[in-house]
Amino acid sequence: MMFAASGQNDKDRRIQQLYFVLFGIMTLLLVLPVLIILTTLVVKGGPALSIDFLFTKPTNGMTAGGIFPALLGTIWLVLVALLFSVPLGVAAAIYLSEYAPENVFTRIINLAIINLAGVPSIVHALFGVGAFVIFFRFGTSILAASLTLGIMTLPVVIVATRESLQAVPQAFREACWNMGATRWQTIRRVVLPNAVTGILTGIILEVSRTAGETAPIMFTGAAFFLPFLPQGVLDQTMALSLHLFVVSTQVPDMPEHLPFGVALVLIGIVLIMNSVSIALRMYLRGKKKW
Amino acid sequence: MWKGVLAEFATQESNAAPAAIRTRDLNLWYGTFQALFDINLNVRNGIITSLIGPSGCGKSTFLRSVNRINERLGYVRIAGSIDVMGNNIFAPDVELLQVRKQVGMVFQRPNPLPLSIRDNVLFGHRLHEANKAAENDVVEKALREVLLWDKVKDRLNQPAIGLSLEEQQKLCIARLLPVKPRVLLMDEPCSALDPKGTEAVEELIWELRGDYTILIVTHNMAQARRASEECVFMLMGKVVEHTATDTMFVTPENKETADYIEGRYG
Ligand SMILES: Nc1ncnc2c1ncn2[C@@H]1O[C@H](COP(=O)(O)OP(=O)(O)O)[C@@H](O)[C@H]1O
Ligand SMILES: [Mg+2]
Repeated sequence: MMFAASGQNDKDRRIQQLYFVLFGIMTLLLVLPVLIILTTLVVKGGPALSIDFLFTKPTNGMTAGGIFPALLGTIWLVLVALLFSVPLGVAAAIYLSEYAPENVFTRIINLAIINLAGVPSIVHALFGVGAFVIFFRFGTSILAASLTLGIMTLPVVIVATRESLQAVPQAFREACWNMGATRWQTIRRVVLPNAVTGILTGIILEVSRTAGETAPIMFTGAAFFLPFLPQGVLDQTMALSLHLFVVSTQVPDMPEHLPFGVALVLIGIVLIMNSVSIALRMYLRGKKKW
Repeated sequence: MWKGVLAEFATQESNAAPAAIRTRDLNLWYGTFQALFDINLNVRNGIITSLIGPSGCGKSTFLRSVNRINERLGYVRIAGSIDVMGNNIFAPDVELLQVRKQVGMVFQRPNPLPLSIRDNVLFGHRLHEANKAAENDVVEKALREVLLWDKVKDRLNQPAIGLSLEEQQKLCIARLLPVKPRVLLMDEPCSALDPKGTEAVEELIWELRGDYTILIVTHNMAQARRASEECVFMLMGKVVEHTATDTMFVTPENKETADYIEGRYG
């Protein structure tokens, strides 16, 4: 019988099953902590959540009331950071991917970008203090904090954008050039429209990262507690990440559900952002025309 | 001595009908690797010239020099001159995109843009003219010229990628036409197609003859023989022979040419 199993087949199959189980367990170990954290947060923080919690100010030395100023502050910080890092990052990526010649200079820039991505956030924070708070005299303000966040996430934007640009087939560019299109016309009409989804995904991921950062904003613009909302970019602001740190460690007599509630909101924002990004990517991959 | 005679012959000829593409001592390097050696070629105006030779001999490199698309690579260096329709394309006052408008290129793999059929045809037109009213005519004229109009006239707004490879390749030729090129460079335009598609595109190329100067790279000896009037044989970055196609296939002057034509190279 030609297809009968041999002893060697059995052994191979057992080894194959062993690896299957092994890798399965590893994967589970990876997912487990996430699940535990999420369940704990939902169980302990869930009761704190309500419309009021999201839209009122903290009261009683932050041991009661809501998180509105911190939530609003995080949105401010992220938006201003995006306003800075997206145009700059996208423009830099377009230059690097579409215009820059291959030479020592561009290689140094690429190296710098990779290194910038690896700089610890506390170093960014101190840079932010030196550059924006003191040198540019923005003081501790939303502007200074957002610029610090923006610089920190710049490499992410650049790398994400550059990758999406490079995913657009070279044949499209050559097709355009051969009809007498300039580089910019090619980028504007063919490259960008086909890369925009990847760029957007990258930016959304950046938002979720920015929203959770604490160190870079701590010395540059975020305050423990403020009795009023920021009126402009030169005011200080509260922020969710810092607020979480404060209510978990700095305030006595804190009811347990409150920090968990703050954490839940923060992680909720991050998860929602990531899901949007994944959904967008899947939707657009389905629509991809090449 | 015969070289001098040949040169003389070339000059006389160029006086009579200026070459569409004329190169003088063209050398090209990719970094330190030299891909083209002293190419002196006159591609005659208004006819089909085929360019044959084994893989890696520099056919694509030559084509990509004529529309200056190779220069995008920072490590490419070119010496010598290329004239297109009597004008030096490396002259300092040359506008790169004017060169590219005059010299259209068709690639081995059809590369329609991820747009509708109509938008593909109009892409070049819209770059250079804002005349919206003429668009319908432009589309019809270009698609008729490539023998595609009757097949696609009812689905102009559908994505070009939905066409068969043969139709895509015809579309890629069609979208060059509204820009009014003088020279069409075709780099193995049929090698991604089945025999029927090949035949159809060959027929089209033959139709375009006269209106455009066509330089076509092909690995298909039968195609070169059928579809071209002059033939250039390249080997290792050099032009070995350039004669009328009939002559080359019947009485090749060089041993290498004969060997290649008879299939003794890869
Ligand atoms: N972008 C490039 N960088 C470096 N070398 C190249 C590049 N393109 C082609 N070459 C080299 O130049 C030679 C000629 O290539 P090509 O013009 O593509 O040949 P053909 O089209 O005749 O097959 C080959 O040896 C190839 O390896
Ligand atoms: Mg080639």
